[in-house]
Amino acid sequence: MSKDGSVGFLTTRLEDFINWGRKNALWPLPFGTSCCGIEMMASLCSDYDMSRFGAEVVRFSPRQSDLLIVAGIINLKMAPVLKTVYDQMSDPKFVMSFGACASSGGIFNVYSVLQGIDTMIPVDVYVPGCPPAPEGVIHALLRLQEMVAKGETHSQRKLASLKHKTGN
Amino acid sequence: MEAQKSQLGLPEGYVVEHDPDDLWGDSRVIVNIGPTHPAMHGALRMVAKLNGETIEKSYCEFGYTHRAKEKLGENRTFHNFIVYTDRLNYCSALLNNVVYAMSVERLMGIEVPDRCVWLRMICCEMARIIDHLICIGINAVDLGAFSFFLYGFHQREEAYTLIEKLCGARLTTSYARIGGMMADAPEGWEKDLKIWIAKTRTVIDEMDNLLTNNKIWKKRTVGVGVFDKEKCLQYSYSGPNARAAGIDIDLRRDQPCLFYKDVEFDVPIAQNGDVFDRYMVRLAEIRQSLNILSQCADKMKKGPIWTEDKRVRIPDKDVVYNTMEGMIHHFKFFMTGFDVPAGEAYTQFEAANGELGFYIVSKGSPRAHRMRIRGPSVWHFQGISPMVQGEKLADMVAALGSINIIAGELDR
Amino acid sequence: MDVRQPISANGGDWLTKFGDQWKTQTTQIKEKFRDKIEEICLPPDYPTDVPILFVKKEGILEVLNFLKSEPGFEYGFLADITATDEEEEPRFHVVYNLFSQVHKCRIRLKVRVRDGELVPSATAVWKGADWAEREVYDMFGIKFEGHPDLRRILMDNRWVGHPLRKDYPLRGYQVFTEPMPVDPDLLA
Repeated sequence: MSKDGSVGFLTTRLEDFINWGRKNALWPLPFGTSCCGIEMMASLCSDYDMSRFGAEVVRFSPRQSDLLIVAGIINLKMAPVLKTVYDQMSDPKFVMSFGACASSGGIFNVYSVLQGIDTMIPVDVYVPGCPPAPEGVIHALLRLQEMVAKGETHSQRKLASLKHKTGN
Repeated sequence: MEAQKSQLGLPEGYVVEHDPDDLWGDSRVIVNIGPTHPAMHGALRMVAKLNGETIEKSYCEFGYTHRAKEKLGENRTFHNFIVYTDRLNYCSALLNNVVYAMSVERLMGIEVPDRCVWLRMICCEMARIIDHLICIGINAVDLGAFSFFLYGFHQREEAYTLIEKLCGARLTTSYARIGGMMADAPEGWEKDLKIWIAKTRTVIDEMDNLLTNNKIWKKRTVGVGVFDKEKCLQYSYSGPNARAAGIDIDLRRDQPCLFYKDVEFDVPIAQNGDVFDRYMVRLAEIRQSLNILSQCADKMKKGPIWTEDKRVRIPDKDVVYNTMEGMIHHFKFFMTGFDVPAGEAYTQFEAANGELGFYIVSKGSPRAHRMRIRGPSVWHFQGISPMVQGEKLADMVAALGSINIIAGELDR
Repeated sequence: MDVRQPISANGGDWLTKFGDQWKTQTTQIKEKFRDKIEEICLPPDYPTDVPILFVKKEGILEVLNFLKSEPGFEYGFLADITATDEEEEPRFHVVYNLFSQVHKCRIRLKVRVRDGELVPSATAVWKGADWAEREVYDMFGIKFEGHPDLRRILMDNRWVGHPLRKDYPLRGYQVFTEPMPVDPDLLA
């Protein structure tokens, strides 16, 4: 980094190149709990293929994926499990909150439902709908890809601020 | 222990009483097949004590998607609750709506007109077909046969197009109303339905050709997850799981409701109660449901779909917008709800999984006093531990996929 | 509820189909278990769709066994075990819904219990009653005597309170930070 705080030309280009690679090869971790899980399956299947946009390699292990798709209701019993899975993923990680129940508790304002996963983990994209139509999901995925390309996701901003602090 | 002690070089007089890492002194391991696992359908948890690959003992836990629908049933009006019934068995949402509407109508003593009954039967059978397609599809995916699932899922997507034309939503339909249906089927819907039925028949034959006589499929599913007649009765199994074990009960035939007496269909039964039999029973049931659907589409005639009972009839939009009484009626209906007379009833129907029942206790108010949902998945999930005792871990995956557990119905 | 009206869309008219059978069955049960039956409610006098037998909790296992195995009754399918919270004493009704796969008819049993009383467990009659009773314990706090493993099933193990009681609020939160651990004693 030079004295006025700007990163050099080559490093910016490298960042852009890496983000381009990241956005076109997102590896989702489908955390499907309820009805939205079926619509997530529908958007991964042959009719609304999400693998056209690079999100084909569906890995059920947090160590091997970078996009956490939380599809479905998150309970107070399931919340610590979600936090554990989120913590096990390595940076940079992106979170898509799929459906109304994950975004805000949905139609269930009851004693056992977490009213939105953003009370626990930082979310990058919210997909509204109960359940969202697969077109909405693909729109959200494309929006997320734009965010990754520009470095606007929570994880990338945290990494950038860490780099800034350590002067790297 | 003694040999280990001397090797460790411990000083004299040091007492090693219990090795904390050695729970049973042999190669047994506790494995947590946790709530987030691809082979668990939804968020289920199974903790198994494995001896090598054999499951010696296991226990299951659920409740990770508990949404308190029974408590919500006590706090929402009967009309509002229709939305929550979709999210029970979400693979066949139309069926849940119809059963709920039937159960409230039973409490109130309401009869619905003929066209509404035929539409309800069409919804039920369509829901049954798409549920079975997902069940056998996911069962195959768990065992490695991925393209089988894709064929079935494409037909499910075509069915979604039809359902969207009918009620506007793909998955969570909220189509039935108490005393009628949300809206009539549009013009030409029955023709599209018949095209879908013909295409699904050919697709089912293709899927059948793929797996039924396949040596690998047979080796993985015949004799696996056996649950015989005795055990099925002990654990209150119903639906295709019980019919695969030889129990000849189908509530559509034995406790007839709607117009099932006027259509002809067979009830497939198998003998052994293993995974292969459940797959065969479901496949045969899809074919029977397609027959019922084509008969219903032929017999359905034009007519009203709402009952004329003033308590539940939602006023038409032109009446609401143009007359004062219509507007007030509309307001009172949706804000306070209608009173359901005091009483209790347990209404059940043959859902895709088994016997789905609603036990509703009403004290005369617009909200239920107790809304109990008897979901078949709970009773079926209970049998998985005895079913896989002594089997290999891979067989557990096959057995779990075959009993069709839907997390929405399990946890409610 | 007016069960006198034939409801063609829902299982046909149970009163005409099974009315006499229910009358003979209930008189037989009343003669056999004289003091253990508190009350018998038959449709159409009482607003219900099937006969309800109010049984004392000491006699519930005998009545269930009798109904399950006696020829002429053969209510061998346990459809449901649940409970309701009436807000008057005795507070809870434990409800058993039975189905006869031979005669294709249904019946309901109820046991009235107070808060804190124990009910004999039906796992002696049907093994499948296990989880249904655990759910009743979880949601209402009614304990079952003789149950092999009575613990919470739907809610977290560390939850305090019984949600479906009428005094429990709809939105009472209890947050946990650690996931539920594995219990090796259950696999011993």
